[in-house]
Amino acid sequence: MAVVFEKPHALTDAVLHYCPGCPHGIVHRLVAEAIDELGIEGKTIGIAPVGCSVMAYDYFRCDMVEAAHGRAPAVATGIKRCMPDNVVFTYQGDGDLASIGLCETVSTACRGENITIIFINNAIYGMTGGQMAPTSLLGQVTQTSPYGRDPKTQGYPIKICELLSTLDAPAYLERVTVTDVKNVKNAKRAIKKAFQNQIEGKGFSLVEVLSACPTNWGMTPTDALQWVTDKMVPVYPLGCFRDKE
Amino acid sequence: MSEKVLMKGNEALAEAAIIAGCRHYFGYPITPQTEVAAYMAKRMPKIGGTFLQAESEIAAINMVYGAASTGHRAMTSSSSPGISLKCEGISYLAGADLPALIINVQRGGPGLGGIQPGQSDYFLATRGPGHGDFHVLVFAPSGVQEMADLTLKAFDLAEKYRMPSMILADGTMGQMMEPVVLPEPQESHNDLSWAVTGTNMEREHNIVNSLYLQPQDLEDMNNQRFARYAEIEKKEAMWEEFMMEDAEICVVSYGITARIARNAINEARKQGIKVGMIRPITLWPFPKAPLAAAADKVKHFVCVELNMGQMKEDVELAISCKKPVDLCYRVGGMIPSPTEVLEAIKKAM
Repeated sequence: MAVVFEKPHALTDAVLHYCPGCPHGIVHRLVAEAIDELGIEGKTIGIAPVGCSVMAYDYFRCDMVEAAHGRAPAVATGIKRCMPDNVVFTYQGDGDLASIGLCETVSTACRGENITIIFINNAIYGMTGGQMAPTSLLGQVTQTSPYGRDPKTQGYPIKICELLSTLDAPAYLERVTVTDVKNVKNAKRAIKKAFQNQIEGKGFSLVEVLSACPTNWGMTPTDALQWVTDKMVPVYPLGCFRDKE
Repeated sequence: MSEKVLMKGNEALAEAAIIAGCRHYFGYPITPQTEVAAYMAKRMPKIGGTFLQAESEIAAINMVYGAASTGHRAMTSSSSPGISLKCEGISYLAGADLPALIINVQRGGPGLGGIQPGQSDYFLATRGPGHGDFHVLVFAPSGVQEMADLTLKAFDLAEKYRMPSMILADGTMGQMMEPVVLPEPQESHNDLSWAVTGTNMEREHNIVNSLYLQPQDLEDMNNQRFARYAEIEKKEAMWEEFMMEDAEICVVSYGITARIARNAINEARKQGIKVGMIRPITLWPFPKAPLAAAADKVKHFVCVELNMGQMKEDVELAISCKKPVDLCYRVGGMIPSPTEVLEAIKKAM
């Protein structure tokens, strides 16, 4: 019998701890598929962040390092400078990458470090129970913006791809989502490209994945995906912001 | 390599790190350690190493964490306010059992403090610089030769015991010039099988991590680590004894103040005062045994340090408060003169 569908080798058999309906599982799978297809599992070193995906080190079969909150790009830099022939990626959420670790994010991008960053933007702090993120939308109700995010006191959503596209160094910046099959396939293409770029020595590649958090948004998984399409995409337009050939 | 060269402490330390096999330096400019970074910026590109001026002290220590994860010898250097920022990363290094070298060329504090020499990060260094229960190996050089020699030792022991090492120098040690014989490289046989280097599809994945969500697992990890610390306390304490044979007064001092105290002791001996010194070379592990032994022989201890009496507490603990312990100190970048130390010795008679 022909195998038509199987679990990527680059994922371990550990049971994911993510909530029902959370797209982290989809994106983990896409990263693992890209690693499998490029045949790089044996030389890949991944970096897990602090946040919902903190335990990604148990889920990917390649060597893994757990970083302090926001510091994954600096940790990745240290690894890549020692192991330039290995493939180094970070997997980070919005609180990690766009708030506490923004300095590391911008500086690593500015140096054009030859690494791959998978950035999950779900507009909320998931692990700690649903607080306002730097990427929360205006008016979004969270535990720490109970009256809705008010730009007068809480500022505006931060747009990472747009911000990083002001820098000279980054090789590749693209924003995708995983709300339906078409978008999942597109996200896969972008993620694989972000790894391929590193193999080719092109430099800093970041894929921002608009994601959902049904648990902390207080929605069903399908309503949450609809909210990504209806509310997030208008603020965070999908597309490629940088692609150096 | 056996000939003497005239070098600044910071530069001797940097060259010694290269001799120790360190090829990855990550730092951020701050006085009075900047010569270390400048030296590395010049040397590393010539020997195929990495010099990276990080965006912050925090990024620098996390780059060290990444580099250390791969089993490479890596280091950062800073001065007091910068070390405060690195504490998060040092705690993660300790929690993930990673070897690395952190240099603290101390200045006066707290806050922005000053840029003149200090020893006021003694507690910070010896109690575990960061959150959680842990220690780092702490070395206190008292001359340019030791700046070089202890750097090799610090790398080796860090790797052997899988924990961070810190050279706790004071600004004087970094800035002073002395003749130094650069140490010979040593072979290292430390186990690095835990490092993340890529599985090469030949082994299970290695994970560098300090997260343990099961309380029992985390307690076990802490107990394991402290069992290692107990072994280190037994085996690795370093100190020097000076004129202790017949001493009735024991001066305890490290770094620059030990040099000043030595002058004061020589002068006191000329005046017939029976005084000697125990100079801790490691501040953690603290040389408790020689101090405890001295407590049975001497009448009085005098601590000389550039802080408000931080090591004094360790001396009192080491001797179980059996004998009185006086403190001779200056802070804020001020340094006591030999006469001031001599006065303190006379007061203790």
